[in-house]
Amino acid sequence: MCFVRKYRPILLAAALLSAVVFAANPAAGADSGKNPWKIGGIFSVTGPASFLGDPEKKSMELAIEEINAAGGVDGRMLEAIIYDTEGDPSKAVMAAGKLINKDRVTAIAGPSRTPTTLAVVPMVERANLPFVSCAAGNKIVEPIKPWVFKTAQSDIQAVASIYAHLEKQGIDRIGTLTVANSFGESGREQLIEQAGDFGITVVRSESFGAGDTDMTSQLTKIRQEKPGAVICWGTNPGPAVVAKNVEQLGLDIPLYQSHGVASPKFIELAGDSAEGILLPTGKILVADLLPDNDPQKQVLTDYIDAYETRYDETVSGFGGYAYDAVYLLARAMEGTGGDKEKIRENLENIKGHVGISGVFSFSQTDHNGLDPSAFVMVRITDGKWQLVK
Amino acid sequence: MQELLQYLFSGMTNGAVYAVIALGFSMLYSSTDLINFAHGEFVMLGALCMVSLTAGAGLALVPAFFVTVAAVAAAGMLFERLAIRPVRHPQPIVLIIITVGASIFLRGTGMLIWGKDAHSMPPFLDIAPIDIAGARLLAQSVWILVIVTALAAGLHLFYKKTLTGKAMTACAVNKKGAWIVGIPFKWMVLLAFGLSTGLGAVAGASIAPITMSSYDMGTILGLKGFCGAMLGGLGSLWGAILGGFLLGILEAMGVGFVSSGFKDATAFLLLLLVLYIRPQGILGTAEVKRF
Repeated sequence: MCFVRKYRPILLAAALLSAVVFAANPAAGADSGKNPWKIGGIFSVTGPASFLGDPEKKSMELAIEEINAAGGVDGRMLEAIIYDTEGDPSKAVMAAGKLINKDRVTAIAGPSRTPTTLAVVPMVERANLPFVSCAAGNKIVEPIKPWVFKTAQSDIQAVASIYAHLEKQGIDRIGTLTVANSFGESGREQLIEQAGDFGITVVRSESFGAGDTDMTSQLTKIRQEKPGAVICWGTNPGPAVVAKNVEQLGLDIPLYQSHGVASPKFIELAGDSAEGILLPTGKILVADLLPDNDPQKQVLTDYIDAYETRYDETVSGFGGYAYDAVYLLARAMEGTGGDKEKIRENLENIKGHVGISGVFSFSQTDHNGLDPSAFVMVRITDGKWQLVK
Repeated sequence: MQELLQYLFSGMTNGAVYAVIALGFSMLYSSTDLINFAHGEFVMLGALCMVSLTAGAGLALVPAFFVTVAAVAAAGMLFERLAIRPVRHPQPIVLIIITVGASIFLRGTGMLIWGKDAHSMPPFLDIAPIDIAGARLLAQSVWILVIVTALAAGLHLFYKKTLTGKAMTACAVNKKGAWIVGIPFKWMVLLAFGLSTGLGAVAGASIAPITMSSYDMGTILGLKGFCGAMLGGLGSLWGAILGGFLLGILEAMGVGFVSSGFKDATAFLLLLLVLYIRPQGILGTAEVKRF
């Protein structure tokens, strides 16, 4: 572990180089006599969002290997051509340009982040290329763009899951505490927008800076309004500080967190204060806890086993976005002979595709294809996740 | 009333941290005329060293604390020796840009050593928050307050009562004059760097239990500390303490009575106002230098 951490940049560079070498070799994977179909991948493999891009790149390669091992699509192999954006929108635009003009790919999976995705969208629309993003931002598919799809769950479903749970508990007054960046802002918008649908009133809406060390003032202010629950929306480490502050102030109302902290890291950071916190998460985090009749259980356990055997590291919650994107594209490519308009139409007509992030059913008005069942609510009990009914 | 007290406690906790950081800025400035913009990064080093030594290496709290402070102070002295002293024409602007560069370098190094994730550690003493009239104060906050007071008193005595402290002040007042009367100028600068970055480490190590430590925590803490130092009057020890606390408490009150969206704005607006009316800061001396 220490070795990996110490030499991570070198290892990453080596991995990247080998990916490029592999991509540059047109013979690779083409053993059926016909040329393989090329699928482009654009991920932030290095840089600040590498926690997204690195597992996504690996998952894309895994999915392609699996599909090829099973005979490819209509007897033709798939080939992945993956470029690294380093999380930078301008590099994403360059990568998309290369994929469209030089590599002449049939479809693109990725990018990993919302800003990089939005930078690429105009290009794929001009090029009329089927495009499945792995980023969470709702702006990607709202308004609907014919060629643009996405696999990651968004705030909409996460907020709906939390509100459905609150409704069941009979809680109708809440305070929100959101981080002052695009993740928190988008969460806040959804929390306020959907509140009415569930008969919930947001009595106080506060924010905190991503690097703040103490949120007791905000919580004190929320406490004055006597809400029935507090919802915190952010990514580590802020929400862990909020959890500690809630315990410090002795607030005895439920604390809900967002899916942004759905990782073991949050439990580690918040320690004992994590006890009893409720949050929505994609099912991959709790795959082993799911009941056997859950439609995703089999797909999830297969993916986790395959990933952990292939890469010898713990599966992350994010690689599934790319895995789903490749499988959706492969399914849409069947019987099209590579005709892009047909692939696009097929994508739009996919119904009930069981993936890692949920069960996808696309339509002309829904290019994310997920409903709130993509999330499950979990409670942290004794430092472990526990499914909540 | 209960709310007001809670805002005050929250402000004091943050304020005490800003005060220790401001103290580091101020004491380096008062001895070398230099503003070290990498100071926040030394706070980060302090916090992460502390986490590694206690949670990682399993060292007891007290030795871990002193090892952390000593190690970071040594890193600060190394920084002075390797990056500041060799500069041929040490104009303030050149040196300040060097410190900005050093902050980027240290952040990168921190990321390589500790990774991009945040780290946490248990509090110094595991006791329940103290309840005063319905408002809760963490025991760790009391620790931080005690440490700030002790540091301020110690530094005050160092400057007023010891020969080294006086020599250090002399170097700041007149470099050439100090050299003529036989004060080893270079050693004084080195010592000032060691002390100042050591103070940064103290700040980092004491906040590690109440917040999360990560490689990029230093930037904003450094900025807040710098504001505290400016507010109180750069170069004045008690000014740094006052400025740090004032900034922390104003931030908390800003959240409580204005809006959390304007938390930073409330504090910085006041800073602008103070600097407009009293450019030298609240407790600063009248002479103001411009870079």
